Amino acid sequence: MSSAAVAAKPILAVEHVAVHFGGLIAISDMNFDVREGELVSLIGPNGAGKTTAFNVITGFLKPTKGRVTFRGESLNGLKPHEVTSLGLVRTFQRTSVFEKISVFENVLIGLHRRTKASLLGTILALPSERRAEAALREEVWEILRLVGIDHQADEMGGSLPYGDQRLLGVALALAANPSALLLDEPVSGMNASETGRFIDLLNKLRANGKTILLVEHDMPMVMGISDRIVVLNYGRIIANGTPSQIQNDPDVIQAYLGQGVKHA
Amino acid sequence: MKRFLPYLAVAFFASVPLWLQDQYFLHTLVVTGIFIIAAMSLNLLLGYTGQLSLGHVAFFGIGAYVSALTSLGFSLSIFGVQITHEPWPAVVGVILGTIIAGLCGYLIGKLAFRVRGAYFVIVTISFAEVVRLVSLNWVELTNGPLALPGIPPLTLGFEWTGFATLWGKGQNYYVVLATIVLAYVLIKRIVNSPYGRAMIALRENETLATSVGVSVTKYLVLAAVISGAMAGTAGGLYAHYIQIIDPMVFMFLNTVTMVIMVITGGKGTLAGPLVGGLIFGIAPVILRDYVGPEVQWILYGLLMILIVFVLPEGIVPAVERWFTRKTGNSAAKRSALVLESSKGARS
Repeated sequence: MSSAAVAAKPILAVEHVAVHFGGLIAISDMNFDVREGELVSLIGPNGAGKTTAFNVITGFLKPTKGRVTFRGESLNGLKPHEVTSLGLVRTFQRTSVFEKISVFENVLIGLHRRTKASLLGTILALPSERRAEAALREEVWEILRLVGIDHQADEMGGSLPYGDQRLLGVALALAANPSALLLDEPVSGMNASETGRFIDLLNKLRANGKTILLVEHDMPMVMGISDRIVVLNYGRIIANGTPSQIQNDPDVIQAYLGQGVKHA
Repeated sequence: MKRFLPYLAVAFFASVPLWLQDQYFLHTLVVTGIFIIAAMSLNLLLGYTGQLSLGHVAFFGIGAYVSALTSLGFSLSIFGVQITHEPWPAVVGVILGTIIAGLCGYLIGKLAFRVRGAYFVIVTISFAEVVRLVSLNWVELTNGPLALPGIPPLTLGFEWTGFATLWGKGQNYYVVLATIVLAYVLIKRIVNSPYGRAMIALRENETLATSVGVSVTKYLVLAAVISGAMAGTAGGLYAHYIQIIDPMVFMFLNTVTMVIMVITGGKGTLAGPLVGGLIFGIAPVILRDYVGPEVQWILYGLLMILIVFVLPEGIVPAVERWFTRKTGNSAAKRSALVLESSKGARS
């Protein structure tokens, strides 16, 4: 699968991006791309700048330098909802569901980008609006079934078990019909069987042709599922390659395990 | 049962002028109804988008003044240019008042929603205070503290139906009741549509809402426009019913009354402002027979504190929960969205 992905052209490109918070350099010079249909993981120790990178790509933060392009279009200066409407959708580390809203309606909100309701039509309750609404509801069921939480449609988002909340977060992002999906630590805090279910879901999404950028700490999962891995440390990229290349990269080993102790 | 409740309520309130003898009480109901429309408009902002407008009376007052001046006519000079406006029908006044209050909602929304939460509260309070000072000091236009007297009552009808001028309390009562029904249907359709879902999503989790593609300013401004316009309609009805307005309509207390109606009734529920409005609109009149005005204000405050402490979500959600528990309905868990059951769409 990786050979096909390598041949495809880049869909998302991060070009010389730097982010400074006052004197703190969160990202110094980041340069990588993600190709169509590829699954790329962004890894690195805590505080390496992974989530900052996500925030820059999706418009929640403005880069100090550099730019991000999606399908050749610059994302600089776009607001988060405008980035979403280009087909680049993210999930969050924590707040990823509407807690006081049912699972079904969570996904219904997620479908926002695909509703074309007119205000006048809504106020007059035109039949076309009702049909569109019924079609949306049908789509919600499809997404819930794909993610595997359709039996919990009437539960409140916040009352789901943790793993299912993460799945709902992905369902919400999927509802926006992204061509590229950015997942921020989707399996953190999940147990082994929940992680297994999540990997199955990711494979299903890849089969549907979704491009995925993943930030994750679960190394067995990252090594098993990624086409390519980008390693960040102290705000800069220290390695970029296939899982086997990364596992043997001396810089990566040093970043994760520290300097080798000679007399050991 | 629950489905027919709105129809039963409308039927009951439509019958009130037929058997109610006490004209003063009917007057109270008309004024209460007008305030309920304003409270419903506030609920769209406060209840569904979560933004508190503490200057909501400004939209109400603007609607009232625009409507009054349109139907009274005025003559003033600005920088030496003489502007004279001949009186137009009262209905046109109410419509203009609605539109201009909606425009003010747009401006305030655009201005204030760059920064939300507390800043929005401050901007709306300031806006109401500025409008009050203008109405007080632009004597040439508004007559200042001397008030605008002799505002004509509404005249309804067409060429082919003949015209009726609404001098009576009963007639005005029905106009207000019809407007409430209209406002209720309007708000219900909006909050059950993708528009309302976007507003509720912003209230519940703004970051997540923007990440699924909801534009913050678009939907908050939209809510402010609809809310402002609806409050303007209420103001217009008020002007033509009371037939005299002065800068006192912009009193902060009027905003507080609307907020109390929404919060005690249940913010973010369709029926909340109606229930809260009825209680706090009628309570003063009933209490009047038993205690003096000072004691009344104290009781008023105590009642509110009691409701907020015992039923923090408001009366309507509490009654709903009690009702579902009593009937053993499994849908006891209440979603923040007010949608028909999702099961209907299950395939």
